[in-house]
Amino acid sequence: MAGDIAVPRRRWTQSPHLWFWVFVGPFFIGLLVFIVVPIAWSVWLSFFDAHNTVTPTHFVGLANYRDMLSDPAFRSSLLTFVVFAAFIVPITFVTSLGLAVLVGSVQRFRSFFRSVFFLPTACSYVVASMIWRDSMFSGVSSGLINTVLGWFGHAPIAWLSVVHPPWYWLVIVTVRLWLQVGFFMVLFLAALARIPRHLYEAAAIDGAVGWKSFRHITFPMLRATSTAVLMLLLVNAFQAFDEFYNIMVTPGGYPPYARPPLVYLFYTALGSVQDFGHGGAGAVILTLIIAVFALVQGKLTGLGRKDA
Amino acid sequence: MGSATVSRAGRHPIKGGRALRYAVLLVLVLLFLVPFYLLLRNALSTETQITRIDGWTWFPAHPAWGNLKQAFDDPSVPLARGLINSLVISVTQTVAVLVISGMAGYGLARSTVRYANAVFYLVLATLLIPAAVTFVPSFVMVSSLGWVSTLRGLIIPGIFQALATFLFRQFFLGFPRELEEAAQIDGAGVWRTFWLIVVPNSWAFVAAIGTITFIGSWNAFLWPLVIGQDQSSWTVQIVLSTYVTAQSVNLHGMFMAAIVSMIPLLLMFLFLQRWIIAGVEQTGINE
Repeated sequence: MAGDIAVPRRRWTQSPHLWFWVFVGPFFIGLLVFIVVPIAWSVWLSFFDAHNTVTPTHFVGLANYRDMLSDPAFRSSLLTFVVFAAFIVPITFVTSLGLAVLVGSVQRFRSFFRSVFFLPTACSYVVASMIWRDSMFSGVSSGLINTVLGWFGHAPIAWLSVVHPPWYWLVIVTVRLWLQVGFFMVLFLAALARIPRHLYEAAAIDGAVGWKSFRHITFPMLRATSTAVLMLLLVNAFQAFDEFYNIMVTPGGYPPYARPPLVYLFYTALGSVQDFGHGGAGAVILTLIIAVFALVQGKLTGLGRKDA
Repeated sequence: MGSATVSRAGRHPIKGGRALRYAVLLVLVLLFLVPFYLLLRNALSTETQITRIDGWTWFPAHPAWGNLKQAFDDPSVPLARGLINSLVISVTQTVAVLVISGMAGYGLARSTVRYANAVFYLVLATLLIPAAVTFVPSFVMVSSLGWVSTLRGLIIPGIFQALATFLFRQFFLGFPRELEEAAQIDGAGVWRTFWLIVVPNSWAFVAAIGTITFIGSWNAFLWPLVIGQDQSSWTVQIVLSTYVTAQSVNLHGMFMAAIVSMIPLLLMFLFLQRWIIAGVEQTGINE
């Protein structure tokens, strides 16, 4: 590509077709080879018995899809996502918006507060999972939370291995909350800064301050951002893998519960046998689900409008 | 958390509530820092200090700095190799994403060819599908190419980012055309105009997208887990993850390795936070 600089430029940049492909071509080809073709290939594989092969010959029609949709483990993975989303989406939304309003309302040390709340973004899901699993919510009495419980005379709780009640949700939800709340706080802070001050001044004259001004000015003015944040949170939750894998997995393997869709797909497609037929069918189903989310998001936020 | 308190505060300070707001913020700051405290405390503790059940060691009186050497010396955990792999992958991916998506975004923003819109709709369509959901299809492709457990397999599929291309297109649509026209009057073609005029005037945006790409690349887990099947191709995140799945427990080594793995990003947060924040604002919302 670097050689192009030396090529007499007049000639090729005068052709609108040529210069378009020089600029867009590398990306376009990569998109085809690493996204479009693989998806098409997986759709094809999903109609075959493709154990340990990517060039299968045994056509099975819709059997893989039937297997997937009737597999209780697959359905339970979708249910796991729904439960997870029901917690993480509203909690992150309220917390990040609350933090943004709070940070935005103080004058001094504002950037310090923003930095601290944003700092967890530097932490990977793997590292955060370690802290949560082996230190904060460690099931033995040396864990931080169990130590604190001990001060109040409470017996230690085995946070991850108890299913009734499912304490592992507390671990899983709080780790993601800590990791992503700063990111969304930054989005809300930027959106808050775009609200014209005179709206508040006018409202204050009418006596609308505090909660009233939040309810009637701030919140309506944040509508676009709020919608986008909600959709992002939902799409992110759908892709949850890292924290589930690193918190729930044990030397003996992954427990049969708390498997969100990607964890389920990971073990189905790339487990002891590589089953690309079922894996492909699963990928197609999940892609369709996420595409529906994203289309709704696109409709709501106007993404992709020509003038967007 | 204190959403009621927060909401009452509104955007404009009510004078009486100021002390309360700072108090709430301070408590939250302490809460947010607890995980970092645990990380540091455990990394500098001995195994017995971490697992003792007869009371909490707030901080080891004699920090166990030997944990650092031990984390690097453990042959079952190739930490140094993982750090090097992660560095190579993240730097290459960041540069590649900036060049490939920057050029594509410029082409899509400025080209007059009729099918440019069709290509843009393909970008939008791929934008709807997050890469994580298509890891099986990508694995099929990469394993057919024979790229499993190679740096190629780890790097190349991740450098064609529809989101980055989309953001660059939006950014270049708002780039002042007068600058480009002046260059073209001086005889520069599109190629030279882009590299000599447009790019040097877009550094802030490039830095924003670059930092956020680097962070995502450094912290990536699912794809390196799928592709890095040999120890030699493990990224630092995969190396860390083996502490979790290992039969033997080595908490002090694990937490020390975790801190080491965070150093590059902590340095970035220290010196480049401005750009990271700008990158978050760009990638989060496209208004």
